[in-house]
Amino acid sequence: MPEADAVALTETDLKRLASLARLRLESSELVVLKDQLGGVLDLVDQLQAVDTRGVEPLAHALDLELPLREDVVTEVNRREQFQSMSPQVESGLYLVPKVIE
Amino acid sequence: MNWEVVIGLETHAQLATHSKIFSGSSTAFGAAPNVQANAVDLALPGVLPVLNRAAVTCAIRFGLATGAHIAESSVFARKNYFYPDLPKGYQISQYEIPVVSGGVLTIRTESGEKTIRLTRAHLEEDAGKSLHEDFHGLSGIDLNRAGTPLLEIVSEPDMRSPAEAVAYARMLHRLVTWIGICDGNMQEGSFRCDANVSIRPQGQEAFGTRCEIKNLNSFRFLEKAMHYEIQRQIELVESGGVVIQETRLYDPERDETRPMRSKEDAQDYRYFPDPDLLPLHITADWVEQVRAQMPELPEAMQQRFVNDLGLSAYDAGVLTGSRATAQYFLQLLPLVEDDAKLCANWVTGELSAALHRDGVTEESSRISPQQLGGLLKRVKDGTISSKMAKELFEALWTDGGDADTLIESRGLRQISDAGALEDIVGALMAEHPAQVAEYRAGKEKVFGFFVGRAMKASGGRANPEQLNAVLKRKLAG
Repeated sequence: MPEADAVALTETDLKRLASLARLRLESSELVVLKDQLGGVLDLVDQLQAVDTRGVEPLAHALDLELPLREDVVTEVNRREQFQSMSPQVESGLYLVPKVIE
Repeated sequence: MNWEVVIGLETHAQLATHSKIFSGSSTAFGAAPNVQANAVDLALPGVLPVLNRAAVTCAIRFGLATGAHIAESSVFARKNYFYPDLPKGYQISQYEIPVVSGGVLTIRTESGEKTIRLTRAHLEEDAGKSLHEDFHGLSGIDLNRAGTPLLEIVSEPDMRSPAEAVAYARMLHRLVTWIGICDGNMQEGSFRCDANVSIRPQGQEAFGTRCEIKNLNSFRFLEKAMHYEIQRQIELVESGGVVIQETRLYDPERDETRPMRSKEDAQDYRYFPDPDLLPLHITADWVEQVRAQMPELPEAMQQRFVNDLGLSAYDAGVLTGSRATAQYFLQLLPLVEDDAKLCANWVTGELSAALHRDGVTEESSRISPQQLGGLLKRVKDGTISSKMAKELFEALWTDGGDADTLIESRGLRQISDAGALEDIVGALMAEHPAQVAEYRAGKEKVFGFFVGRAMKASGGRANPEQLNAVLKRKLAG
């Protein structure tokens, strides 16, 4: 089993990840996070080194059956209650800063 | 340069369930904003998704109807992106292991039959709706649609023209509505297509760079958008440019596609298995239960109509164009002594025209198969002529009732009684001796004169065949 190539996390990668996750990071935080995330990736590299040929991929850690619901409407209209928590509503709509494709 | 067009379609079919895919909220269309958006749909803290069994059953039905592989175990994944109509910040979808993979759909175009391969079909939730107008610079969000179950059906890039792609979309639409997993209402967004379009020089094996055209919610727009996009790509490449892989929107008003504002790296959805949901297991028993409830599929029924009922391929195609049409026809058939041709003519003719005029389907027809059957029975036994039947059809459509009562009350019963016809003819001949003489002198055209007069005298009720026979006999002298 060849050693997996260790992928070094660059500052560009980190900025891109932060932008995808909508996180605003200060440059001081970038330095710390780069080290910490790099450590996580090192751990992943160790895992990659394990020979998993013949092992079924695992999609979930719990060995349980997925519970299913019957197709029945059980919810009632609680819009007023939910919208009382929202900063701005109008005509039954939640209002948010404008987004345009 | 001769260009070959390559098209693949991704179709979102909204599944015909009562409740959402992961919550007990209603999926009914047209409710006031956000009254069907509850804790799970709004992604309030601490909520967990619970999968709707009926949505899975829909996926199994689709897999069975297309001869696809139904995964014993499939996995829900999170597709991560930020948009205000997606409250969780991710869409629950399926990625590496979809519930359905493979399968085929056969299409027919002017150039014949063709089999289109399906790549996969996976379960996912819909997002909400953003409204960008009239909110003082803000966007309004309606989350009623958030969490509505969808089956995303992906085809292989097997189509070679817009006509083939539209034929595929229509076949797929017929199938999902036929097997009852989708209401197929395109105006309400229950069936939406995205088209992946590329071009390559004729004979080249490698695919060209494709563009994806989003959210085409009518067959007409789908076709027009593809035509525009193909032309755009050809002109671009022939003038020395290159096609860039991008997502484009079709603008029906200008009849053009244009790039959506680039999402740049937003294309990186960072899929990973959703820890809130365990793998979905579908047992062989479950599949068999669903199989036992499958209706006869449209392709098979179409063949049966040709082989067993002796209908033309065209009639069989029209009659199996939708399940409602086929069901109407099948209910009508035994009421008219299984006269398939007569039933087919009326269902594809008068009935179809009347339904079209009222903009409804067979299910809400103002004339039931029983009513139409009652009418056609009287055509078959000669009580009324086809012409009268058409008038009666209109009367039944407008006022309801049954054919026999209308025939009696309107005195429409056809005169097939030889004695009564002879009386009419006899009186006519007495009135017009000159014409009788002309006919007997060999002027056969005069025959038509007598037919017209006799019909008029009978109030249009004379049985035409019998009238002809009586006239011939009596005029011959």
